[in-house]
Amino acid sequence: MADRYIEPDSPELRARWGNFAWTPENAEKAKDVLSRYPEGRQRSAVMPLLDLAQRQVGAEENTQGWLPIPVMEYVAAYLDMPIIRVVEVATFYTMYNIAPIGRFHVQVCGTTPCMLRGSDGIIAACKKRGMKAGHISDDGLWSFTEVECMGNCASAPMVQINDDNYEDLTPERLDVVLDALARGETPKAGTQEPGRHTVEPSGGPTSLKAMVTENHDYRGEW
Amino acid sequence: MPKVKVDGVEIEVPAGATVLQACELAGKEIPRFCYHERLSIAGNCRMCLVEVKPGPPKPQASCALPAAEGQEIRTDSEMVKKAREGVMEFLLINHPLDCPICDQGGECDLQDQSVAYGRGGSRYDESKRAVTSKNMGPLIKTTMTRCIHCTRCVRFSEEIAGVDEIGAIYRGENMQITTYLEKAATHEMSANVIDLCPVGALTSRPYAFEARPWELKKTLGIDVSDATGANIRIDSRGREVLRVLPRVNDDVNEEWISDKARYQVDGLTKRRLDKPFLRKDGKLVPVSWSEAFAAIATLNPGNSIAAVAGDMLDCETMFAAKKLLGALGSTLLEGRQTGMDYDCSSLAAVNFNSGFSGIETADAILIVGSQVRTEAPLVNVRLRKAVKRGAKVFLVGPEWETTFGGEFLGEDLSVLNALPQHVWEALSNAKRPAVIVGGAGIGRGGLEASLSIASQLNFVRTLEDGTVWNGFNVLHLSAARMGGLMLGFAQKGGIADLVAASPKVLLALGADEVDFAKFANSMVVYIGHHGDKGAHAADVILPAAAYTEKNGTYVNTEGRVQWSDKAVFAPGDAREDWTILRAMADAFGVSVGFDSFEDLRSAMAAEVPALGTEGLADYGQDLPAGGGAASGLIAYPIKDFYLTNPIARASAVMQQCSAELLHAGEIAEAAE
Repeated sequence: MADRYIEPDSPELRARWGNFAWTPENAEKAKDVLSRYPEGRQRSAVMPLLDLAQRQVGAEENTQGWLPIPVMEYVAAYLDMPIIRVVEVATFYTMYNIAPIGRFHVQVCGTTPCMLRGSDGIIAACKKRGMKAGHISDDGLWSFTEVECMGNCASAPMVQINDDNYEDLTPERLDVVLDALARGETPKAGTQEPGRHTVEPSGGPTSLKAMVTENHDYRGEW
Repeated sequence: MPKVKVDGVEIEVPAGATVLQACELAGKEIPRFCYHERLSIAGNCRMCLVEVKPGPPKPQASCALPAAEGQEIRTDSEMVKKAREGVMEFLLINHPLDCPICDQGGECDLQDQSVAYGRGGSRYDESKRAVTSKNMGPLIKTTMTRCIHCTRCVRFSEEIAGVDEIGAIYRGENMQITTYLEKAATHEMSANVIDLCPVGALTSRPYAFEARPWELKKTLGIDVSDATGANIRIDSRGREVLRVLPRVNDDVNEEWISDKARYQVDGLTKRRLDKPFLRKDGKLVPVSWSEAFAAIATLNPGNSIAAVAGDMLDCETMFAAKKLLGALGSTLLEGRQTGMDYDCSSLAAVNFNSGFSGIETADAILIVGSQVRTEAPLVNVRLRKAVKRGAKVFLVGPEWETTFGGEFLGEDLSVLNALPQHVWEALSNAKRPAVIVGGAGIGRGGLEASLSIASQLNFVRTLEDGTVWNGFNVLHLSAARMGGLMLGFAQKGGIADLVAASPKVLLALGADEVDFAKFANSMVVYIGHHGDKGAHAADVILPAAAYTEKNGTYVNTEGRVQWSDKAVFAPGDAREDWTILRAMADAFGVSVGFDSFEDLRSAMAAEVPALGTEGLADYGQDLPAGGGAASGLIAYPIKDFYLTNPIARASAVMQQCSAELLHAGEIAEAAE
């Protein structure tokens, strides 16, 4: 896991985010989130609300969004809970960004299945575009993190960019995706392999073939 | 009551006990870091692993495993030994080998347990983790690389102190314990995390690099910084008190003490009165003891003499003064320096009757004019426990930040004359109702009005289990108060009676809060240890001993008589208070009837038998009926928690705390 550090509290940060408050739509959403929890357990809503706050920050600065200290304080005050408990949650889960982030947060899986399927090439392709860990590219578009298994081993290698996964990548396919993102388009999420829908075996079934046409009981063969 | 077998020996354990407690009952030592009796169970250090059958074939964390009928527990098997060695090896992977420069050395759980349960060497040769140290204020010094993440400090601040200041941020190997944005911990009990820390991550900043524990002389003492009488251990080297630590006493302080009790001791070496002084031509001039007593002998007060007792006095000093005045024919004794004149004819009516451990069990509490958090932090901890058990708390007085919630009913004492309907109902429906009258609520009819509530609602009652519940409590502010009241240091009209008598000589026994302007016609003889307000107003100063420098009897606000031992000698020419009063008797040519400390103690015990035995004094359960109307705005007496007594005011640490924690952000203006 990459080292993460909270963006230090500074007068500039306070000036920029000190008067953070829910937008009218998010205020509605926050109320809805709160109502999902039983009376007296409202603090449990801290995780969805931090996510909501992160998305609102992201919408404001046209990035994936992150959680400046004053925003965490706002959420703490909203839920009437100690700020340190909010910070504990936000720093524990890596899906909360606790430092400024680019428009697209490219999370490349480098765990064994992806590595065997060529994640080194994917990482090299990212690096070529000026991405490096803990750094926002000069055009403000890209942030990069190498992460551990994201659970898409059947369609390795993969990257997660903001809310979407892109799987079955090669450096070329990744370039297509990133270029499309950079142009402001929304490339198709999921597998990038032509002819593959999700994670079914590419080129047709390789095992349990008899099951394609009828329900075949294998138990007698054991 | 499940029966379990520990290492082959069958024992019966209380229902709800954990396997760890079962092992302790069987006399087995279980190493642990995160487990602490007074905190919730975390189960994250894994040091307490034992083998339990039936169960999975692997070691189990005994602190978090309930003891169940028929368990066979082994603490001595090969599996347990290997498990402990393994856990210890992992804990030491990221722990620096800096014991020689670590203040915890010699009293470190990790050090002791690695000797006892470790495997003697490490197989780890990668880089160790390093963590930046965190600012936690002027009292707590941090070296966070040493932290083993037991989270005791986090649990203490959340559960006991009731202020969520400390937390664990980040995760896994990067986990760090910190206060929010590294702000100073501001709670009155914050330094207790130093005792809780099993390693050297949180150590005492004022005591940093002062001494090793084995060099220190340990003396059992009683704290005098507030009226709770916390049990302390005074650690001294040579003539200097280096630190104060809490002792375990479940009835009084459990195992906590306030930051003031812990850190005011550096004030014991500053601003000390170490030789006698006489005022000559308006200036205090140092003199010898014989000159001072020669001057006193000329005063010849007859029975026109009065004595005011200070807040930190032991009973022996007060008794000696009482005897001296008695021999001269005067009874002008007073301890309530600031002018309070509540009725002291019934000591039960001015006592914390339910006791500190009793108030925990109360289910409805009315607090009248007490900012408990600063006036008695240890009682505040008990109140928090009571609320956690479901007690309802109502407070009369200006709002302050409680750590237990509670409803503020108003700032004026007149609220007591007609309590709101829901408060009255809550108190009358409670099984164990209680009222706590603080220093700001006791005057102006507050005591009588509270007594009247107590008698109307039967706060003294026999409970279903046959025990007597007395829910009427007065929370005093000064360590000498209950002892003083037992010895008769109270005039009907308070200190005003002394002013009215206009005595020729006023003995100020460590009394620093008196308005000495009213005694302009008296010769003020100050017997005390610090050059504070009292010494400034004095005509004769006789240097005496502070609480660490004399044996003494103290009575806390619940009427608990406790003895404190002498840790060090008083500095310079200073003498123990009772010897000064004894010598004064010679100077005045009267006899007080004791020549040694033992004589004095037995004379005191003969006159007030309760002071002769340790433990709760019995004031009876009969409360006056009270009555009358109370009125007046409540103003809490403690403006600055860290600077309430002359020792604390002389302490550099307490001054720093006051400046950084209470007055942070106030910009000091230069005097033009």
